[in-house]
Amino acid sequence: MMEDNSPKVISDKIPFYRDIRFLKVFFQILFIIGIILLAVFLYSNMLNGLSKQGTELDLTFLNSEAGFELSEGIDFDPSETFLKAFWVGIVNTLKVSILGIFCATVIGFFFGIARLSSNWLIRQIASVYVECFRNIPLVLQIVFWYAIMLVLPGVGESISLFDSIFINVQGVYLPSLEGTAGLIPWVWYLLAGIILAIIVVLGLAAYRYFFQFRELHETDRPSFISNIIFGAKWVAAPIFLAVAIVGWFLTPEVPFELLQPELQRFGFVGGMNFSPEFTALLIGLAVYTSAFIAEVVRSGIQAVVKGQREAARSVGLKESQVLRLVVIPQAIPVIVPPLTSQYLNLAKNSSLAIFIGFPDLFQVGEIMMAQTGQSIPIFAMIMVSYLIMSLTTSAFMNWYNHRITRIGR
Amino acid sequence: MENLTFTQEVKPPDTKKGPVKWLKDNLFNTWYNTILTCLALVFLFFVFRGVLTWVFTQANWQVIPANLQIFSIGPYPLEQIWRVSYVIYGLAVLLGLSAGIWNGLTRQITVVIGCLGAIILLLPFATSIREQTLIATVILAVSFAIGRNKDNWKQWVVVGWVLSFPWTMMMLHGFGADTVSTTLWGGLLLTLILAAVGIVACFPLGVLLALGRRSQLPAIKWVSTVYIETVRGVPLIAILFMGNVLLPIFMAGDFQLDKVIRAMIALTLFSAAYMAENVRGGLQAIPQGQVEAAQAVGLTYPKATLFIVLPQALRAVIPAIVGQFISLFKDTSLVAIIGLLDLLGIGRSVLGNSEWTGLQAEVFLFIALIYFIFTYAMSHVSQKIEADLGVGKH
Repeated sequence: MMEDNSPKVISDKIPFYRDIRFLKVFFQILFIIGIILLAVFLYSNMLNGLSKQGTELDLTFLNSEAGFELSEGIDFDPSETFLKAFWVGIVNTLKVSILGIFCATVIGFFFGIARLSSNWLIRQIASVYVECFRNIPLVLQIVFWYAIMLVLPGVGESISLFDSIFINVQGVYLPSLEGTAGLIPWVWYLLAGIILAIIVVLGLAAYRYFFQFRELHETDRPSFISNIIFGAKWVAAPIFLAVAIVGWFLTPEVPFELLQPELQRFGFVGGMNFSPEFTALLIGLAVYTSAFIAEVVRSGIQAVVKGQREAARSVGLKESQVLRLVVIPQAIPVIVPPLTSQYLNLAKNSSLAIFIGFPDLFQVGEIMMAQTGQSIPIFAMIMVSYLIMSLTTSAFMNWYNHRITRIGR
Repeated sequence: MENLTFTQEVKPPDTKKGPVKWLKDNLFNTWYNTILTCLALVFLFFVFRGVLTWVFTQANWQVIPANLQIFSIGPYPLEQIWRVSYVIYGLAVLLGLSAGIWNGLTRQITVVIGCLGAIILLLPFATSIREQTLIATVILAVSFAIGRNKDNWKQWVVVGWVLSFPWTMMMLHGFGADTVSTTLWGGLLLTLILAAVGIVACFPLGVLLALGRRSQLPAIKWVSTVYIETVRGVPLIAILFMGNVLLPIFMAGDFQLDKVIRAMIALTLFSAAYMAENVRGGLQAIPQGQVEAAQAVGLTYPKATLFIVLPQALRAVIPAIVGQFISLFKDTSLVAIIGLLDLLGIGRSVLGNSEWTGLQAEVFLFIALIYFIFTYAMSHVSQKIEADLGVGKH
């Protein structure tokens, strides 16, 4: 009796409304219909809202005359188009982000390592730094630095560091590297060096692959790629360096010269100038992010188990070798993913420029919205720009992370 | 055994213990540490000298006490200030009761808050503020005494906490003819409300998004993923602006949400995406066996998720979640850009007053200190919770 029952239950057909396969498809379709309805609802609302405002979606404004000035960035004239203005904003965002990432990384690694110092005082200073700057909103820090920038002494009484960096109410003046007439010939030498290096490396790799290791069995033989890497490391790099150095002296003029900012009647001339807005934003972004990077670095180094250090010491490695050969290679794969997200945060946070009037991508977008009333397409442009930045950075970092984990493990 | 007693009897020489030993071990153990210590001392000397000179001789701190009320509640009308007091009293009752019932962390937090109240009493604040602080502190102490060992009140207190949220909002806004428009909310009050709403609302939304992203149904998975990645890819300020500029276009008819609500929505939608990623990290740490075991004992998907997976997943990511709350709290300062008078916005409007121009550094440092106290307390509590739950020790 019992044996008869169980197969009967299984053979019973499940009604479709309890069939999990059917339900899965059904709910997904329902969900998608819901999303589509929401989109349609929003779209019709948008058309209504736009007609009430008396505007239409229209992208032609991008090619019309902007009519506003931008305080900094690549040269821009009010008679140029909105599209060009937007591009200036993008370049400004990239500029402050890249410089900010560089500074934040340097400061962050410094304080991250300092937090692990064997010196108690250094450890305390580093943790006070981290706790202070991590726990205060970034925007507050930026407006604070900007307020400081605006009460600096005037041009005449600039604070000068080493007689080459000048800080005053107009911003920071730095010496800059400028190419001279010798730059172009030198670039040709460099190109020649690269071509020469490539030829030599390919030849060497082919020689090693086809002649030197010919007797070895296929599986023991170093691959062609690893031969190229070997050549690049031991032959190409020295060749390239040699050509670059020889070329430096062969050119009629030294390719670069250092331009010092000099105080003249109407302010400083020569060198690089960071405006107060740019400087405040850069300091704010770099300091704030560096506090987070310090934490990332600290936890990354601490993630390397103590036994690894002890083992490395016990086989007789020096303290510097322990760090270079054992700790850092294992810490880097732990550090890179959160480091990436800090870089992305910094790039996104650069939009806080709007608080102090630095014309980054977001602020230019906002001006454009105010001028044209085309808020929807401009918002789309802003979002897409940020998304492209985020996605490319994270793609690059994923690739790097992948590579480093393969080598590390 | 004999060896052990022998070693215990030998006392270390004086140079091997006490402050001298500590100094030697921690500051002067190698020649480069000695140099570093000296450099750090010189550095600290100059920093302290500079900062202290500025704080005590150059800075004009008049602006802080003169505007204390504006900093705390913004343009909230004075004759309605009893609403704020009642909210604080209500929260004090709940906190006191909780501290009585649950010992441990809750009690510690309450004691700290009570001490803060006592400190405010001693400081030269306006009489009305001190009066209200006194009442709140007394209420806190009394309800603590009442709540002691009343274990059977637990569920009621939890219900009270849940209800405290709508109660607070209704109290502050008022009902009927006698209302305080949200445009008059400001200062620390607005900052705290924005943060509280964001924290309370983004949490469930984030959990749902995380579950959605881990779902086996492709449609739900893709929609969640696209939402999370898009929101995480753009700055918060863009989303706040969108709430401010675009939302009115997308709203049906003449119905319009006010600015504070729009800012709340933007903050919530933004944090939810980050919350989802934190929760997803926790979900990934749960072994598949847990889900299978739950299915084996006949739990449905919602039950297995609610009772088996989520409690473990959330516990594993408490530090990340609190970190997210902290950054949400800091992010509320961005609402100043859409014209709300939160702590930063009110600071800027105080600076706009001709009486106080040029005092940027003082005002911003004061605001920074307030933010710092809150965020530092939050991260301290999170470390405590972590230690109490023994995260990472199992």
